[in-house]
Amino acid sequence: MPRRLLFQSWRDRNGGNGFGAPELRNPERELHRFRRRLSVAAVLVGLAFAGLFARFFYLQVVQHAHFETLAETNRIAIVPIPPNRGVITDRNGVVLAQSYSGYSLEITPSQVGNLDRTIDELSKVVDIDGRDRKRFHKLMEESKDFETLPLRTRLSDEEVARFAVNRYRFPGVEIKARLFRQYPYGAIASHVLGYIGRINDKDVERIASWDQVANYKGTDTIGKAGVELSYERDLHGTTGVEDVEVDANGRAVRTLKRTPPIAGDNLRLSLDIGLQQVAEAAFGDRRGALVAIDPTNGDVLAFVSKPGFDPNLFVDGIDSASWQDLNDSPDKPLLDRPLRGAYPPGSTIKPYLALAALHSGKRTPGQTIFDPGYFQIPGQSHKYRDDKPGGHGVVDMYKALVVSCDTYFYTLASETDIDDTARFLAKFGFGQKTGIDIEGELTGVLPSRAWKQQRFAGKNYRDDARKWYLGDSISAGIGQGYNAFTPIQLAHAIAMIANDGVGYTPHLVKSVQDIRTGAITPIASEPSSRLDVRPDQLAFVKSALVGVARDGTSAAVFKDAKYVSAGKTGTAQLFSLKGEKYSEHRVDERLRDHAWYEAYAPADHPRIAVAVLVENGGFGAEAAAPIARKVFDFYLLGEAAPGVAQVTPLTPGDEGD
Amino acid sequence: MGNPIGNVLQRGWEVLTRRIDSMLFGAALTIVCVGLVTLFSASDESVARVTSQALSFAFAIALMWLFANIPPQTLARGAVPLYIVAVALLVAVALFGVVVNGSRRWLNLGIARFQPSELMKVALPLMLAWYFQKFEGRIGWRDFAFAGLLIAVPVYLIKRQPDLGTALLIGASGFYVLYLAGLSWRVIAGLLLLAAAVGPVVWTHLHDYQRARILTFIDPSRDPLGAGYHSMQASIALGSGGIVGKGWLNGTQTHLDFLPERHTDFIFAVFGEEFGLIGNAVLLLLYLLLIGRAMVITANASTMFARLIAGAITLMFFTYAFVNMAMVSGLLPVVGVPLPLVSYGGTALISLFIGLGILMSVHAHRKLVTS
Repeated sequence: MPRRLLFQSWRDRNGGNGFGAPELRNPERELHRFRRRLSVAAVLVGLAFAGLFARFFYLQVVQHAHFETLAETNRIAIVPIPPNRGVITDRNGVVLAQSYSGYSLEITPSQVGNLDRTIDELSKVVDIDGRDRKRFHKLMEESKDFETLPLRTRLSDEEVARFAVNRYRFPGVEIKARLFRQYPYGAIASHVLGYIGRINDKDVERIASWDQVANYKGTDTIGKAGVELSYERDLHGTTGVEDVEVDANGRAVRTLKRTPPIAGDNLRLSLDIGLQQVAEAAFGDRRGALVAIDPTNGDVLAFVSKPGFDPNLFVDGIDSASWQDLNDSPDKPLLDRPLRGAYPPGSTIKPYLALAALHSGKRTPGQTIFDPGYFQIPGQSHKYRDDKPGGHGVVDMYKALVVSCDTYFYTLASETDIDDTARFLAKFGFGQKTGIDIEGELTGVLPSRAWKQQRFAGKNYRDDARKWYLGDSISAGIGQGYNAFTPIQLAHAIAMIANDGVGYTPHLVKSVQDIRTGAITPIASEPSSRLDVRPDQLAFVKSALVGVARDGTSAAVFKDAKYVSAGKTGTAQLFSLKGEKYSEHRVDERLRDHAWYEAYAPADHPRIAVAVLVENGGFGAEAAAPIARKVFDFYLLGEAAPGVAQVTPLTPGDEGD
Repeated sequence: MGNPIGNVLQRGWEVLTRRIDSMLFGAALTIVCVGLVTLFSASDESVARVTSQALSFAFAIALMWLFANIPPQTLARGAVPLYIVAVALLVAVALFGVVVNGSRRWLNLGIARFQPSELMKVALPLMLAWYFQKFEGRIGWRDFAFAGLLIAVPVYLIKRQPDLGTALLIGASGFYVLYLAGLSWRVIAGLLLLAAAVGPVVWTHLHDYQRARILTFIDPSRDPLGAGYHSMQASIALGSGGIVGKGWLNGTQTHLDFLPERHTDFIFAVFGEEFGLIGNAVLLLLYLLLIGRAMVITANASTMFARLIAGAITLMFFTYAFVNMAMVSGLLPVVGVPLPLVSYGGTALISLFIGLGILMSVHAHRKLVTS
């Protein structure tokens, strides 16, 4: 028995005090040994506690005088100095978000007896309206035990002076110098900039996960949306420290030492605020989204989500009435439509499907079909209708794109496997996040067999609900059915076409500037994807898109343009009228079709690519294409379309130091 | 035959108290009361905080009673399933856990998040004690090696969450069982040497924040807004308390906001500032009384399983108390360990009282198995 021998040898070497061994079966001996071990532990416990006592003795008796002096004179409070948050500008240096210092009136509720009476009294000294009170009560509910909360912000110098005189009457109330964030353009580009708001429990977890808890001492706001959120760590800066001597009541007497804060990095966006204003104005009161991209590097030039909201409302904590207005509005102003609106692409999908057919060899450009105005699956009676009642007659691929012939694409879809289509379209980024540098992007839906299996995997769906049918392919063939793309995906895809198949990850921030060294770090813009299609096939599709804007569905809109553009209209159906003809007037406004336009210009050397979506706008050519025209006119020619007033920014307050 | 109502009451009282060890319970009760008194001061006289802690205490006592009435053999039967479940949950955390503070420690159970490493604190000593009991009398080096594996698996899983503090504490609880089961002194010495030798290697594998904590411990002034500040202010609080302390509710460090985390991990600084060296000595003695009684119970336990589990609970209780007080007085780096029975927090209080319940059960059932 090798095992036994091994014990034996161990035992011998350990003088019988080693691991257990067969002889130790005797419970008395075993108990004895256990108790000896326990006694050793007891001695160690005693020694450890004696050590602790010695340490206490050292601190509390030997060093008592020293620490007592420290505690008495100490009154050195270590006060964090929050850094100035970085400035956000557009690509031309126009300021879009900045911080300035101002005064706020703050209350520490735990030090105030009767809160309501104190606020009533305070309102005789400084202006406090109902909104301030509501906001304060909301902050109270969300706050922790000993927090100091702002009641009024942005006090005038006069108010500060008046309170200073009355200060003795208000224990637990103080004036604090704070930094305020301001967005001079208000609602314009609100979904790009996002906003900052008070730090909540979730933010605290986020800060801890960056190991930045100390660096956020003294800071009570943090980026909550948009660029303010995704570039929080660049914008925030480094908190400074001030050693302040305080008297017995905790009031500051003098500053002993100061490590100044380091302001956060400045961000330069790729956005052109002039273009952004033109684009937003072009929407008027309509809801929708627009993304304009520089196809040669992925710069996002304009990023519109209409309606927007005023980010200034959020800065000091939004009051509940304004919040409810924003949250409950049927127009959904808080919805970031370019990233989080997934819409059926309608006919805007056709250029990509045409390219897929050329690439796979399913079609040649010259191959024709005859369009009687509808398509039928052989053996079935259902008619998939074209939008032109008598049909387009003989149609080749060029004509199919220029007049947006549905029957051509129904036929193509009926002969193509959906999984092949999905694989090809995925190269354009459909069904995936584009990776733009703000958060919240949806993937949308790029349907395939696997997708349908998973989508209807739930127990309450029958097996045949998970099967892929030919009819599904036919609907998908004109961008209806299960397809759902976001405007940013479509803008990214048309930019790839414009840039001859080379795609860039769209980005809103162009560079980050370190305020101390002045060093500018550009946001990398390496090509992120490359299409492997034959150049002549891509050139053919591009020529057809030029045809659309010259002779086709959007020709009327681009008549007399001083540049050549290329584009494709789309109309996403929301409402299916069985066999009936669609009539705008008969359909409730919110169930009307969405209007799409994707385009780029100039056609030979594209500098800008856009995707425009007008919710419930009806036909793409009528609602969406004119917006693209105004954007192109401004960007390429420097012309604001007639009727677009230039919006002047609000005057910013005092500059921060 | 006497008063029937009186009989029922008497019978009820007996059911309630027959398994309760009065010395253990008395010491714990006194420490909890000291804690509540200190908490009142530490929370700026918040009645709500004290009430909430008192409610946790009531619940903890109920669980203590329950565990005191479960015989050790019954607990032993649950050891293996509990250990397997705990390891499975740790694996689940690694795969699907919720990330909080950059660590993957939590499982989301819909209504609440659950930290399986808490369960492992109980499961590991139970499993080891069960194992050594099963092979009692013929325990060889293979068994110690296997036990080492039983310890290493959860320690590794928790360490990579990453939660080094809890991993070390759970490792310690496992080690205590091995030690009490008779692990050779040579192996213990070898392990210590090994630990000293791999120290520098571990340093390179630590996370930045862990390294920062150790550096801060050596030089507190390098992190004036974070842990170093905590440590300095806690020392000032204790030292300025002197022999008799500044008196209840009179600690200047406490009430002028100089002390951080003062109702949880640093509550001992509040206590030491207001009650001085005398207060500290009394508290140390109370802990010694509790631990001493627990050791007597351990020494008299009847089975291998009962001995090992009781010993592990006792030594872990000591470890928590020691680490916390050493941390507050600046002998150890700042780690997130609460002071047992004193710090604010329901979960810790409940697990501690369950531990006391198990000790009482071991004591109450010591004669049932002896031949």
